[in-house]
Amino acid sequence: MLAALIIVFREVFEAGLVVGVVLAATRGIAGRGFWVSAGLVGGLAGACLVAAFAGQIAGLFQGSGQETLNAAVLLIAVAMLGWHNAWMASHGRELASNLKAVGRDVAEGRRPLTALAVVCGVAVLREGSEVVLFLYGVAAGGGATAIDIVVGGALGILGGSLVSALLYLGLIAIPLRYLFGALTTLIMLLAAGLAAQAVNFLQQGGWLEAWSDPIWDTSAILSQDSILGRILHTLIGYMDQPTGMQLIAYAATILAMLALMQAAGMSTRQRRASSASAAS
Amino acid sequence: MTLSIRDVAFILAFGMAAAGAARADDLATYSLTLKNHRFTPTEIHVPSGKPFFIIVTNQDDTADEFEMSNPAIEKVIPPGDQGKVRMRPLGPGRFPFFGDFHRETAQGVIVSE
Repeated sequence: MLAALIIVFREVFEAGLVVGVVLAATRGIAGRGFWVSAGLVGGLAGACLVAAFAGQIAGLFQGSGQETLNAAVLLIAVAMLGWHNAWMASHGRELASNLKAVGRDVAEGRRPLTALAVVCGVAVLREGSEVVLFLYGVAAGGGATAIDIVVGGALGILGGSLVSALLYLGLIAIPLRYLFGALTTLIMLLAAGLAAQAVNFLQQGGWLEAWSDPIWDTSAILSQDSILGRILHTLIGYMDQPTGMQLIAYAATILAMLALMQAAGMSTRQRRASSASAAS
Repeated sequence: MTLSIRDVAFILAFGMAAAGAARADDLATYSLTLKNHRFTPTEIHVPSGKPFFIIVTNQDDTADEFEMSNPAIEKVIPPGDQGKVRMRPLGPGRFPFFGDFHRETAQGVIVSE
């Protein structure tokens, strides 16, 4: 039971951190419950599919199918987070300053929700497929009794959800005027960390060979395997032995997101200025 | 500016563009077998500075994950299946690996010399 508990908890906890950030980022937006749930359910279904076809997936791309899938899925999450932040840069001010705007364009308001639903789904898919494979294996192998697995798995899910809830509560305790900036920064670092993880899978899969040596090693100070190391790894992409290419991906993601947000914010201001001059 | 699917696709393409690298497959290959949640052999010796493959055969009826922290490797191997792990050139030293789902028993080390 303990083995099941630990492994399920570890995976659910990592997905839970991402879901916690998404919940905080969507606070107060109508319909978020539906979209986040849709992301979770979709992710779970995807996890079962990935687990069921694990053998076939692994066989793709000369044995690098698993790495390729992981990298692709991570890059989708990075793109969605970038989209969300750019959208917030162009609409967030309107939403905050003009309450009428909130109801004005429901269809538009839904767009970052779709992106964030995908992010939740991807997090659950990645961590969930390992849980499914592991639990299925334990169940089929008879290494533990069914009740042990159910209890261990349930406790793991409960613990992971608790982490998610704690992070959410911690984030929404941030005063509202700082929350927007804090979440924008957090989502940017989350995306940068995911991009660096994607690079790791691309390197492992043989798609990317340059600069694959670690630049430094801080595992003696803070191991990525420790609880704090895992939290920081998931949330802001802490790596105890980052390779050159991972650092480049991390920095490039931050720069690209800043540029995108800048561009999105600027074009909104222009649009507003031109509509104001047209009105006068 | 509202971001369209096209923009998202562009961002994705940007990420994947860096990925079109050559894939050499004529490399030295080392085999590991996982049975009763233990690796055989528990130690493999490889020459430093050369890339290689490790093929992990999982003979257990449970899944496991071949994992290393340095270099960072994780590869899930379904029961009765094989996993082909591509390893970058290692400097001299000892590089431990383990089966993440059965960490207590599934352990070994790559010795690069």
